[in-house]
Amino acid sequence: MSGYDRALSVFSPDGHVFQVEYALEAVKRGTCAVGVKGSNIVVLGCEKRTAMKLQDTRITPSKIALIDHHVCLAFAGLNADARVLVDKARVEAQSHRLTVEDPVTIEYLTKYIAGVQQRYTQSGGVRPFGISTLVIGFDPNDDLPRLYQTEPSGIYSAWKANAIGRSSKTVREFLERNYQEDMDREETIRLAIKSLLEVVQTGARNIEIAIMAPGKPMEMLDFDSIEQYVKDIETEKEAEAAKKKARSGQVSSNA
Amino acid sequence: MDVILGLTTKDAVIVATSMAAVRGVSILKADDDKTRIVAPHTLVAYTGEAGDTVQFAEYVQANIQLHGMRNETELSPPAITSFVRSELAKSLRSRKPYQVNILIGGYDTATEKPCLYWVDYLASRAQVPYAAHGYAAYYTLSLLDRWYKKDLSLEEGMKIMEMCVTELRTRLPIDFKGIQIKIIDRDGVRTV
Repeated sequence: MSGYDRALSVFSPDGHVFQVEYALEAVKRGTCAVGVKGSNIVVLGCEKRTAMKLQDTRITPSKIALIDHHVCLAFAGLNADARVLVDKARVEAQSHRLTVEDPVTIEYLTKYIAGVQQRYTQSGGVRPFGISTLVIGFDPNDDLPRLYQTEPSGIYSAWKANAIGRSSKTVREFLERNYQEDMDREETIRLAIKSLLEVVQTGARNIEIAIMAPGKPMEMLDFDSIEQYVKDIETEKEAEAAKKKARSGQVSSNA
Repeated sequence: MDVILGLTTKDAVIVATSMAAVRGVSILKADDDKTRIVAPHTLVAYTGEAGDTVQFAEYVQANIQLHGMRNETELSPPAITSFVRSELAKSLRSRKPYQVNILIGGYDTATEKPCLYWVDYLASRAQVPYAAHGYAAYYTLSLLDRWYKKDLSLEEGMKIMEMCVTELRTRLPIDFKGIQIKIIDRDGVRTV
């Protein structure tokens, strides 16, 4: 024990706040979540833990939460911490409506969430939130898709596509390789699912997808349509693999 | 001197409110909306002390919407009315109570029935087939008593509303700058 992680608001001599770094570790152990922006759509994808045999899946909470009609949030990390943070965000969204008669902008809400997370790294008697979040949505009277990320330290950032949680590095690298500008609805959903399949072995059963479009309520994809996407992606992957095999076979025969 | 009326028909509630915003002896505005949509199928119409009305209605609206976001479900009109009543009861026992009288028109999607509630600033609540607050009640309740029957069609309901408005125009000594009518049914709230 170095002694610098006993109290939260204490720096170690080399400038680290250990509790915040442990919180980031909790995020890395949480299930994976991705967000992808298209030309006029934004998609959230989540890895869903398999329910146990006797569990009632109807009341098992989702990792995707609606903050207001036009903002939606996915998280990775400690579920119980997320519940508290989500509730704070929902209260702020309605309070903002009440005070200025306008719905929150996505950036405002992200800043607010990150602000709360920051406060929990500098106050006494608390511990940081063990979650990272992806906040998506559309600003009121605007059709520009938004995607932000927040971290336990209180950092927030805007993205075209990003992943958080377990194996987020693999997924982010996949997104970096496959992201294209101005994707339509189908392409965006496909990319989100395809990137998740990099780390989710069990396929459609363990994937959740939420879609937001300007001026429309959030849409959760049902199991059947996710499965259809997964099937399409798998057949495409197989076809590509077969093509590659055939080509490499040809090369060797020529040689 | 505001006019607010409500009438239930077979599958809708009609809510009528006057469009004048008055302070003292002056009309400030002729297109005032004395209603707030608090949930997809519930409308609150209010009358009373100038600042209190909007403040209270928007407070209720924000809390019900927050409840909706937290629980991912819509509150039923009776539940909303209970909440409004309890807030008014709390307020009544505070240092400065809200002076707001309210009609709540809603369509209960669970029972598939329209409903209308009468609530006043003393936090009385009653479910009623038709209702009015203030001076308008003196002129219209007799008409509503005479013509209301169970399972009215929307057209019949609108006709009764028209009779009420005509009566108010004839008898009420002030100009209320016309009536705005909203209908709440299975599709939500719409303005006529």
